[in-house]
Amino acid sequence: MIPGLYIHIPFCLSKCHYCNFYSETSLKDLSSYTQALVGEMALYKQHFKKFDTVYFGGGTPSILKAEEVADILRSIKHYFSLSDDSEITIEANPGDLHPEFLKSLRDEGVNRLNIGVQSFDDDILDFLGRRHSSRDAVHAIETTYNEGFTNTGLDLIYGIPGQNMKEWMETLAMAVSFKPEHISCYQLTIEANTQIGKRLGRGEITLPDEDLQYDFFMKTSESLEDEGYIHYEISNFARETKFISRHNSKYWNHTPYLGLGPSAHSFSGNTRWWNHASTDRYLDNIKKGKSPLEDTENLDIKSLRMEAFFLGLRTAKGINLQDFNNRFNYDLVAEKGDVLAKLEGSGLIEIADGHIVPTRSGFALADSLALI
Amino acid sequence: MNTIRNFSIIAHIDHGKSTLADRLIQYTGIVEERNMKDQMLDSMDIERERGITIKSQAITLPYRARNGRDYMLNLIDTPGHVDFSYEVSRSLASCEGVLLLIDAAQGVQAQTVANLYMAMEHDLEIIPVINKIDLPSADIERVMEQIDSELGLDPYSALTCSAKEGTGIEDILEAIVEKIPPPEGSSSNPLAALIFDAQYDSFRGTIIHCRIFEGKIKGGDIIRFMHNETTYRVEEVGHFALDREKKSHLAAGDVGYIIAGVKTVSDVTIGDTITLEKSPRNKPLPGFKDVKPVVFASIYPIASDDYEELAVSLEKFKLNDASFIYEKDSSVALGQGFRCGFLGLLHLDIVQERLEREYDLSIILSVPSVKYRFTLEGGEIEYIDNPIRYPEPSKIQMSEEPYIRATMLFPEKYMGSVMKLCMEKRGENSIVHYPSPGRIELIFEMPLAEVITDFYDRLKTITQGYGSFDYDFLDYRESKLILLDILVNGERVDALSQIVHRGKARERGVHACERLKDEIPRQMFKIAIQGAIGGEIISRTTISPYRKDVTAKCYGGDITRKRKLLEKQKKGKKRMKMVGSVAIPQSAFIAVLKSDNE
Repeated sequence: MIPGLYIHIPFCLSKCHYCNFYSETSLKDLSSYTQALVGEMALYKQHFKKFDTVYFGGGTPSILKAEEVADILRSIKHYFSLSDDSEITIEANPGDLHPEFLKSLRDEGVNRLNIGVQSFDDDILDFLGRRHSSRDAVHAIETTYNEGFTNTGLDLIYGIPGQNMKEWMETLAMAVSFKPEHISCYQLTIEANTQIGKRLGRGEITLPDEDLQYDFFMKTSESLEDEGYIHYEISNFARETKFISRHNSKYWNHTPYLGLGPSAHSFSGNTRWWNHASTDRYLDNIKKGKSPLEDTENLDIKSLRMEAFFLGLRTAKGINLQDFNNRFNYDLVAEKGDVLAKLEGSGLIEIADGHIVPTRSGFALADSLALI
Repeated sequence: MNTIRNFSIIAHIDHGKSTLADRLIQYTGIVEERNMKDQMLDSMDIERERGITIKSQAITLPYRARNGRDYMLNLIDTPGHVDFSYEVSRSLASCEGVLLLIDAAQGVQAQTVANLYMAMEHDLEIIPVINKIDLPSADIERVMEQIDSELGLDPYSALTCSAKEGTGIEDILEAIVEKIPPPEGSSSNPLAALIFDAQYDSFRGTIIHCRIFEGKIKGGDIIRFMHNETTYRVEEVGHFALDREKKSHLAAGDVGYIIAGVKTVSDVTIGDTITLEKSPRNKPLPGFKDVKPVVFASIYPIASDDYEELAVSLEKFKLNDASFIYEKDSSVALGQGFRCGFLGLLHLDIVQERLEREYDLSIILSVPSVKYRFTLEGGEIEYIDNPIRYPEPSKIQMSEEPYIRATMLFPEKYMGSVMKLCMEKRGENSIVHYPSPGRIELIFEMPLAEVITDFYDRLKTITQGYGSFDYDFLDYRESKLILLDILVNGERVDALSQIVHRGKARERGVHACERLKDEIPRQMFKIAIQGAIGGEIISRTTISPYRKDVTAKCYGGDITRKRKLLEKQKKGKKRMKMVGSVAIPQSAFIAVLKSDNE
């Protein structure tokens, strides 16, 4: 299990109305920031040796110049090593994907793009506060394929206030028409401190009800599987097994990962740690050779077990009962046999070949499944 | 003894008793203003929140009267709810007079009358005090009319005050000195001390609160409890200042405390008479009664691991609440628990709240029940307060349930709806009085079981807060009873069973199903709820499962946030009791008894 590396780029030209990931809208610190990232890498050179995935997330990583991406990748190779077959992903805003930029990225070894399309409906893009249009998205996807990228993912959001099934299925059909290697369909998560969260709190807008959310979820899964996609995690679909996001999978199966940049999270052994969500503080700490760490958490075996359980039930692979027992000395069938049988009877999970696997309707209830 | 006055304040709930007590304490200066908390005498949090006194308390107020002499005014606070009327009667028996407090806006209420009668039974001097005269809705004239017509007291003897604003307080203190007679009795007679309260102190054991009627008591004396027939050696006696104040002795006329190595308050019976072992009195003071619980329910820990902790907490709790009784009990659905007896529903509420608050326990209470009487084949009589122990139906020859006499007082215009409520609650043999124009006193005989549910709440709603209620126990009467079971997903949940009147069984069954549907949150599975009598299903409802709950994404590697969220939900789920695979919240057990139209 080779660890993964996450690079946070906490800059955005504007804040989307639903997003609560940490980012700054001023770019003044961008160049000193890429320097600081290198500084943070140096702090971990003893602890991490090799990665086989790199993921530029944000924020808006496509705000970087291709040379900056190249510098960062060079530094990674300086302090650590990268497997030959590394998956190197960059998240991108459709408006940023110009041919030269894409060409350079490809030359530098970036082999996977994740495009924040979110919707092909301009009204919805406007509601979400995205700075691109549906046409920009179409254009970006076409350019990406023209420039020879062979592993492209599209991010979509559903369950938006006012959205109906027809609108959502149109967006989904449009996305499928490009035959992307990967599609992520996220149900809109409401965060209190976002513009949408506040509007919802004031009662200006309402979310689709539970039945409609359920229908969104089920129809999404059904139609993408009809198109040949594998529903491998609650929100994630891959056209073939080899297009499953290797980096994100590490989060879900307790593979170590290092996150660099403000607010980035890391995991190794039994420990999780994360950085302060402030670029100023981050820059200041790194300048002084200090760690920008906010907090560390050592997981006891019970917490690890709980994580393995709920994370396992969020993936199509499910939970390997033997592995689970070996890792946690906990026989799920012996301890929870009754309720598992009941869940199986209700069609929420399947127990076969030594695995507990969630069904499609089980995915929809993953939070409750995690609580049994 | 001529400078002692023993008095109590009696009032309908919320008429300002505790506030007036505070003002009297403040006026006599034993507590500095800055240390003054609102409602000094109500020492428990719950009392302060609910605005009712649960346990009585006592305090001695030093007062220099206008005549220049120094007096000791012993204020004995009384519990303010019908559930505790015996405790009230013992506190009154310890006094020579009372302040009868009446809200200037609300006027005379059912408990005002009930308290007045009780004070009259004890031959006490009664000083009517009209409180809250600062309220815009205060109508002093109307209250004076009521004092005359409904209470039969001299309206011109009434004092007026605003306890809230502190006006009229000195006149009240003067009236206590002038009108309430000093205690009688003689220090040279054999000791007769009436126990009106007992509180538990973890260092000293039980602190006995008493009124000395005859004789004298001091440290070292060997005392005897005349009803309990136990003896103890006195360690300390004293008065009640803000804290206990040790004295060399207590003598006839005094109100004070005795510490005598009594381990728990259950070893003391309120109303018992203390005398001296070596020169005893020949018979106890009158009025002793052994109070029995009337409402029963089982308490179960939500997590069965907490059983031992619950056992320890109940034992500790019992130290300070002699009227609470419990014994081991077990339920198929809810596991090991305790069957508990309470003086009434309020008492039950208070116990539940204190166990949760002070002992940090998560508990489930089963559906409350009264004590039924069954005559079985061969004439054997069984008292059953627990539906789990309902006798084999074919063996029951006669079933009886306890009846009470309910007294309600309310404005005339609500007569129709109150009558309707009483009929619905199987009331019979009504008597109507018109104590004053526009007001009605309605007396009904009705089954206690109908009253313990939500009768009082509904009466208050129907009468828009103007109705008041008091009751006393009558007798057991024959009644066709039946056991109503509740099945959740086909499994009988014994803790939800109720003993009900046959004529109301179907209605109660439908009602219980509906209420459970409201109380039990949707879960991953379909939940079928059924009401059943014997094998016959008489009502049913289903709770459809929810289908979608997953929202937060596990993305960007922040798994901690998601895990904490799930841990929090898991904790919430722990506050519900798992019955089979269905999580039933605490509230469901009481809810089946309450009606919809609240």
